[in-house]
Amino acid sequence: MLQKRIIPCLDVDDGRVVKGVNFKNLRDAGDPVEVARRYDEQEADELVFLDITASSDRREIMMETVKRTADEIFMPLTVGGGIRTTEDMQKILAAGADKISINTAAVENPDLIEAGAEQFGSQCVVVAIDGRRVDADSYEVYTHGGREARGLDAVEWAREVEKRGTGEILLTSMETDGTKDGFDIPLVKSVAEAVDIPIIASGGAGEPAHFVEVFKKTEASAALAASVFHYDEYPVPEVKKYCRDHGVAVRPPWGGK
Amino acid sequence: MIKIVDYGVGNLRSVQKAFEKVGYTASLVSKPEELQGCDLLVLPGVGAFDRAVYNLKQRKLWSPIAEHLKAGRPYLGICLGLQLLFEGSEEGRESGFAQFPGKVIEFKNITPVPHMGWNETVWVNEGVNLSPAAVEIPCYYYVHSYFPVPADPDLTAAYSDYGGRFCSAVRRGNVMGVQFHPEKSQFAGLNFLKKYCEGVLNYD
Repeated sequence: MLQKRIIPCLDVDDGRVVKGVNFKNLRDAGDPVEVARRYDEQEADELVFLDITASSDRREIMMETVKRTADEIFMPLTVGGGIRTTEDMQKILAAGADKISINTAAVENPDLIEAGAEQFGSQCVVVAIDGRRVDADSYEVYTHGGREARGLDAVEWAREVEKRGTGEILLTSMETDGTKDGFDIPLVKSVAEAVDIPIIASGGAGEPAHFVEVFKKTEASAALAASVFHYDEYPVPEVKKYCRDHGVAVRPPWGGK
Repeated sequence: MIKIVDYGVGNLRSVQKAFEKVGYTASLVSKPEELQGCDLLVLPGVGAFDRAVYNLKQRKLWSPIAEHLKAGRPYLGICLGLQLLFEGSEEGRESGFAQFPGKVIEFKNITPVPHMGWNETVWVNEGVNLSPAAVEIPCYYYVHSYFPVPADPDLTAAYSDYGGRFCSAVRRGNVMGVQFHPEKSQFAGLNFLKKYCEGVLNYD
């Protein structure tokens, strides 16, 4: 049986892991390579790096970080942030990433999705969607790290990126991100029901029960979180055990169940 | 000497690094003459079937690999490297190495495709001795849209389930292919590589 994935996310700023609340107030959470290695030991299922500064002068720092990290871990690595062209994708994949995630560039230049899928395969192309609630059952897409509203409906946009060849959607709720009140179930549910590709639910994880909730109430294939893992409030193995104990199929730890 | 064939289908550093992690030196090779003195040939690869065949032929790697296989020498195909062991694939028109009878077909009765993520994998037949002791049914990381259907069921070394049972590893003697990515499968993947290497390599 295919297992539900638990994915720690590292927001990387200038070569350091940081974490904010509602996309603001960043605080330091360590060296990305060290943190990545710890998650590999904890048997996280995948890892996501988001380069949240992504200014061009710092690209080389990120590339170096990806390279050093990829050499240390034995699980899939997704890297996002500031990717504009297939050349950018090529560089990050060559540095050792398995998938690349695009957000702003996908909205501004949707052809990039096709170009990336064509050149590297759909499985390499993750589109990140940041959604903020508009009314009871609709969400608007934001870009530029949550700063710009785009007038796009999240569900419509998800359908569009699927059609264009995206292999996976990383879906973040700006409502719940950093709140630790749980994943945005209505958002995840509506997007996951609208498309056939895997959805990674993101934003709001504060305790193990939130993971169980998102897997039981939605079709999400994976759940992503940052601060609950970074500060060891709930280490990855603890979350996975809680999921298994509550009937969610997640990978058992090596060394026994 | 373990040689990993680099034929322009992505970054193979992670495969090389996985062998290093379990105590073996493996080098990346891209020229036919570099395949000499190869104790274990590793053919990784993601991407399209025909493109892989084309790249291998263009780099004049096809014939030496075919000869290596014909002699029954240690070969480990990963993902596309497994699929190339068969006669052909629904994905393309080119012929594979035809080392094993059978075809590669597409997942049809399930979404999403590709089959992506960690899936339980049951070792059988010639794969049983590669089964890790630590967990009863190990999980490995997969990402693929096509899977092999060996004409001889005894070739199946492991199977997995995604919209029905499918063959996820094949083996006859030293020649083996796995559909999953051991280099992305943490302890389970590294343990598989270690056991396979111990079984096919004699350095003393």
